[in-house]
Amino acid sequence: MNALDKLLGGRQGTLGLALLALLILVVFPLSLDALRLGMIGKYLTYAFVAVGLVLCWGYGGILSLGQGVFFGLGGYCMAMFLKLEASDPQSTAIQSTPGIPDFMDWNQITELPALWIPFQSFGFTLLAVIAVPALLAVVIGLAMFKRRVGDVYFSIVTQAIALILTVLIVGQQGLTGGVNGITDLKTLLGWDIRDDSAKLVLYFINAALLLGCIVIGKFILASKLGRLLMAMRDKEERVRFSGYDVASFKIFVYSVAAVFSAIGGAMFTLQVGFMSPSFVGIVPSIEMVIFAAVGGRMSLLGAVYGALLVNYGKTYFSESFPELWLYLMGGLFIVVVMYFPNGLAGFWDSHVRPWLRRLARRRAPLANIPAPAPAATQSEPAKTLEVQP
Amino acid sequence: MEWLSEFGAIAAMQGFNGLSVFCVLLLMALGLAIIFGQMGVINMAHGEFLTIGAYTTYLLSSLTLDYFPALQPYYFFFAIALSFVVAGAVGWLVEWAMISRLYNRPLDTLLATWGLSLFMQQGFRSIFGAREVSATPPEWLMGSFSLSDAIDIPRNGVFTMALTVLMTGAVFVLLYRSRWGLQVRATVQNRMMSRAVGINTRKVDRMTFALGCGIAGVAGAAFTTIGSTGPTAGSLYIVDTFLVVVFGGAQSLFGTIASAFAIAQTQSVSEFFMSGSMAKVLTLSAVILILMLRPQGLFTSKVRK
Repeated sequence: MNALDKLLGGRQGTLGLALLALLILVVFPLSLDALRLGMIGKYLTYAFVAVGLVLCWGYGGILSLGQGVFFGLGGYCMAMFLKLEASDPQSTAIQSTPGIPDFMDWNQITELPALWIPFQSFGFTLLAVIAVPALLAVVIGLAMFKRRVGDVYFSIVTQAIALILTVLIVGQQGLTGGVNGITDLKTLLGWDIRDDSAKLVLYFINAALLLGCIVIGKFILASKLGRLLMAMRDKEERVRFSGYDVASFKIFVYSVAAVFSAIGGAMFTLQVGFMSPSFVGIVPSIEMVIFAAVGGRMSLLGAVYGALLVNYGKTYFSESFPELWLYLMGGLFIVVVMYFPNGLAGFWDSHVRPWLRRLARRRAPLANIPAPAPAATQSEPAKTLEVQP
Repeated sequence: MEWLSEFGAIAAMQGFNGLSVFCVLLLMALGLAIIFGQMGVINMAHGEFLTIGAYTTYLLSSLTLDYFPALQPYYFFFAIALSFVVAGAVGWLVEWAMISRLYNRPLDTLLATWGLSLFMQQGFRSIFGAREVSATPPEWLMGSFSLSDAIDIPRNGVFTMALTVLMTGAVFVLLYRSRWGLQVRATVQNRMMSRAVGINTRKVDRMTFALGCGIAGVAGAAFTTIGSTGPTAGSLYIVDTFLVVVFGGAQSLFGTIASAFAIAQTQSVSEFFMSGSMAKVLTLSAVILILMLRPQGLFTSKVRK
């Protein structure tokens, strides 16, 4: 029990995690209708990315502006499998080449491209959702961190990679579905993923996976590795001179973040039913950073709340006041970065928790004292505060 | 021999196209490079300063058309100067209100200026509308010089090029021949030491930022002769510009020029052989690969940190 406590970050951490689990596993499913719950499910897939960013940006100091790349890769891997299942020869009989996805037929492709063939197997797809982004992250990491490319340079390069992948996906229409992405996904191994009961099951799988990722994240941070990450972020040279291979730690944490994002992407495809390049590019990638920033770059749980809040705000404002949303989003970036660099979690720790503690202290003595005269109550709080050690 | 001259003509025109892209990239990158080189600040809103310049030019152009049609041939020179001043002034304000509070947090400036760019884009959209507008260029900028039957060189391209050369020259003189430039170079090399010998690095920073933004404004004025202006006109160039700066080595004027040239020419020459999107992918990938080999950029000044 002690080890578990330590892993989850003491009593506070366990309590926080339990509260989050209660919220997404019990409160949301009980209180929201299917449509709203589906939206929460969508937001929670972004939370995977935000949790990954807390690890690699908040603790590791590696600001990746291209997490959309991994989100997209995971999503596309899953979408390719689902699309192949949706385009069996019977339902695509009207095409000039039955049995291949419709957009390929529109682009005069007559047989399944080699890239798509392995995605006929579900096992391979599950493997690819994890392995493809991890591999790409390792390659990028090897190329950048081994060569000691600096923080800012790395951010710009990841941004360029996001641009490259978007241009590639949009440009290779026959292979990827172009700007529309991969749409019309229907079943997963014969199980219709579009009806409400399936969506509910997917929501719970998604929530469980997210909680799993958070626990893995906590495990990493509680270990010696977490200490090293922070040391590296603050004084990289010193860690290097102490004999650690800084690059491999960076590659590791970057890859973990990539895999988390990819799981989120795959769950996005399953829940929302399509994948498109609009989740890959520069703008979505940097928006994902703001989820982590709002929630608190140093808090795994905060990242989830950040993703939920920002996305809820985005949906609400872009429905009701589309003009206002970009102002708010821009303002949010500026205000959070300038005044709340530790986000909501930091605000909680520095303002809300001390306030709660004061409140609790104030309550406790008052309960024992028999009701005093009205004039005395006024000064009571100040007095009790002085009495407290 | 017929095909050879035709090929030569196409190559020349394509090369010239590349030069136009090069000019806009270089004008953007000049400002960004001195800001990044000196202050280590990544200004994600740099593209929006180009847009400010472009809208300033557009406003001035419609004003002259409406009220002083006689001045129409000359307004463009005022527009360039005004774009510089307006963009520079906004830059000065931004540095004062935002950047100066975020020193030593380069990754945070990156995010904050991204927010600023969103804010400014929406601002342009509210003021000027979402549709693209175009300034009316003066008569003498229209048309083209015909060098031979096959080769046409557009005048606005030549003008933009001349402007770019002029601006680059001006920046060179400012940086290497003026007292302010001396202070900037000292701050780049060693901020602490410069402060110790009495340079007000805060002031130098503010001027540098304003100047960089002003140059982006000039790029915006030049941009109106090539294309029309929309709220997101500047952000289209921002990633390319960053790569130019990073690729060239942030502290070297020559490196910035060389890398802007290399990236623009690779882009437009490879567009001749493949689709535009694949050319872009190829160019960006090549830059990333080379960056891997030379992490500090092509040209770096050897400074001990």
